[in-house]
Amino acid sequence: MREIVVLSGKGGTGKTSIVASLAAIAQNKVLADCDVDAADLHLLLNPTVREENDFRSGQVAVIDPEVCTQCGLCQELCRFDAIHDYKVDPIACEGCGFCAQVCPVEAITMRECLAGRWFISDTKYGPLVNARLGIAEENSGKLVALVRRQAREIAERNGCDYVISDGPPGIGCPVISSLSGASLALLVTEPTLSGIHDLERVMGVCQHFGVKAVVCINKYDINETNTAAIKDYCRKNKVEVAAMIPFDNIVTEALVAGRSVVEYSDGAVSREIKRLWDKITGVVAG
Amino acid sequence: MIISVASGKGGTGKTLVATSLALSLKDNHDVQLLDCDVEEPNDHIFLKPDITRSQAVGIPVPQVDKEKCTNCGKCAEVCAYNAIAVVKEYVLTFPELCHGCGACSYLCPEKAITEVPHDIGVVETGRAGGIAFGQGRLAIGQAMAPPVIRRVKALTDPDKLVIIDASPGTSCPVVEAVKDSDYCLLVTEPTPFGLNDLTLAVEMVRKLGIPCGVVLNRAGVGDGGTEAYCRKEGIPIHMTIPLDTGIAGLYSRGVTLAEGMPEYQKDFSELYRKIEEAVRA
Repeated sequence: MREIVVLSGKGGTGKTSIVASLAAIAQNKVLADCDVDAADLHLLLNPTVREENDFRSGQVAVIDPEVCTQCGLCQELCRFDAIHDYKVDPIACEGCGFCAQVCPVEAITMRECLAGRWFISDTKYGPLVNARLGIAEENSGKLVALVRRQAREIAERNGCDYVISDGPPGIGCPVISSLSGASLALLVTEPTLSGIHDLERVMGVCQHFGVKAVVCINKYDINETNTAAIKDYCRKNKVEVAAMIPFDNIVTEALVAGRSVVEYSDGAVSREIKRLWDKITGVVAG
Repeated sequence: MIISVASGKGGTGKTLVATSLALSLKDNHDVQLLDCDVEEPNDHIFLKPDITRSQAVGIPVPQVDKEKCTNCGKCAEVCAYNAIAVVKEYVLTFPELCHGCGACSYLCPEKAITEVPHDIGVVETGRAGGIAFGQGRLAIGQAMAPPVIRRVKALTDPDKLVIIDASPGTSCPVVEAVKDSDYCLLVTEPTPFGLNDLTLAVEMVRKLGIPCGVVLNRAGVGDGGTEAYCRKEGIPIHMTIPLDTGIAGLYSRGVTLAEGMPEYQKDFSELYRKIEEAVRA
C-alpha cells in the first residue's frame, strides 16, 4: 500500500480539486482529508457517513472559585497568559497543567476537551476518512495523525493499493503530521512569486522528513516566466515536475456543479491530471 | 485600531487585501503591517521591506543537570506533551514536542532542570515605504507556529493602525493571529469551497467575539451562494474585487493591487471607512 499526500505550502493552489480528480481516476484506494480545520474534499465526493466519532484530545484548566484563595500563583506562572482574575481563558490555555500542579489549595482541575469529530464515509470512489476540528481548537496534528491511521487501517484491511490524502496548507504541525512516513508528497504550486516562495519552504519540509516529492504546476500558463523559474528550481533540487495543468475556468465550473473536473470535462485539464496519476503510480511503484 | 485579515480557505487573497489596504492608508495614517502567516509569510514579496532587525524566536526547553538529577521521574509525570522521559538512569528530552510551559523545571525537587532556548523561527522588522513592517518565519521542520505568532504580535504599536495578515484555516495559529483585533476582515471567493471555509471562519471570529465583514475576491467565478449566506447571516460584504486576469497577473509578479492599479486605492480607503464605522457602532 502506498500513501500519497497532496501539499502546497500556499493555500488555494488547487490541492482539493486535484485530489477529487485523482479520486475519480485511481482504482482501489482510500481517501483521507487531512485538512482538518478547513476540510473541503467532502463537498466534491458526496459522502454517506458510516461512522462518526468524537475526537477527545488535550485538556483545559478549570478553576473552582469556591476553593480558589486568589493567591495568584497560577496567573504568575502561566506562560500562555491564559489566567486573568482567577479565571482561565479556554482559548489561550494550552492544557499544560502547570497551574493544576502548583495550586496550593488544589482548586484547579484539568478537563479533557472535545476537540473535534472524525468520520468514516462511503463515496462512489471508495472509503473517505475526514474530520472536523472544533472551532479554535488545538491539536490539529493529532487529529491528522488519527485520520491517516484510520485511512491506512481501512486500506490494509481491504487490500487497497493507495491512500490519497488531501493535505493542509502551510508547513507547521498539521502538515508535518500529514507528511511523516508517507510514500510520496505531491506538491501543487502555481506560477506566482508567493507560490514559488511557499513551494520552496514545503519542499524543505519534505527533505527534512525524508519524503520524496514531485511537483505539479497548476495554472502554469498564467505566468510562463514563473513557470520556467519553478521548473529550473525543481531541476536544481532534483525534484520531478510531474504535471503542468493549464488555467481553465472549467475547474471552477465543475466545483460549482459539485463534481471533479475529470468527470465534468475531458479537456486539457482532465487529460493532464490523468497523465499526472500515471506518473505518480510509476514513481511510487519504482 | 487592529484589523486582522483572515480567510478559512487559503489562496483567496488575504495577502492582496492586507498589503493593498496598508499601502492605500499609509499617506493618511501611521500604518503597521504584521505578517502573522509565519508558516508561509508572503507580504514581504509584495512590499519588499528593508529589514533592519532579525531576532530568533526560541521557546524555553528543559536541560537536565545529570549531577543533580536523581531520576525521580517528576518532570516526565508533569509534562503534558511527552516532551521529557525518564528511562532507567537517563532523562531524555524532546525539544520539538515541548511547549515551553516551564512545569518541569519549576517542579523538579532537585532544581536539576534549567531552561534553554530552542530556536523555532525568527521575527523580522523593518520598513516598507511609509509602513512599519513586521513578520515571523517558522523554521523548516518546526511544528509550532503560535509562539512565533505571539512574538510578531508583541510588536503591535497601539498608536498605529495595525493590519495583521493571518494564515488560512480556523485552528490555533489563526486564533493566535486574530484574537485581540478590533475587526476581522474575511477574504473569500464565491465558490463552494470559499463558502464552506467562510462559514467556519465566521464561527471562529464569533467565538472570539470579534466583529467581521467580508471582502469578496474573484467575483464572477462560482455561484451566488456566498452572497446569499452573508445576507442571511447579516455579514456585510464591504468590498468586491472582480475576477480579472490583469489582477491575477500583477499578483503572480509580486505587484500589489494598490500599486499596479492605483484606482483601487480609493476602494481600499472606502473599505477602511466602512470598518471604522462598524467598529464605532
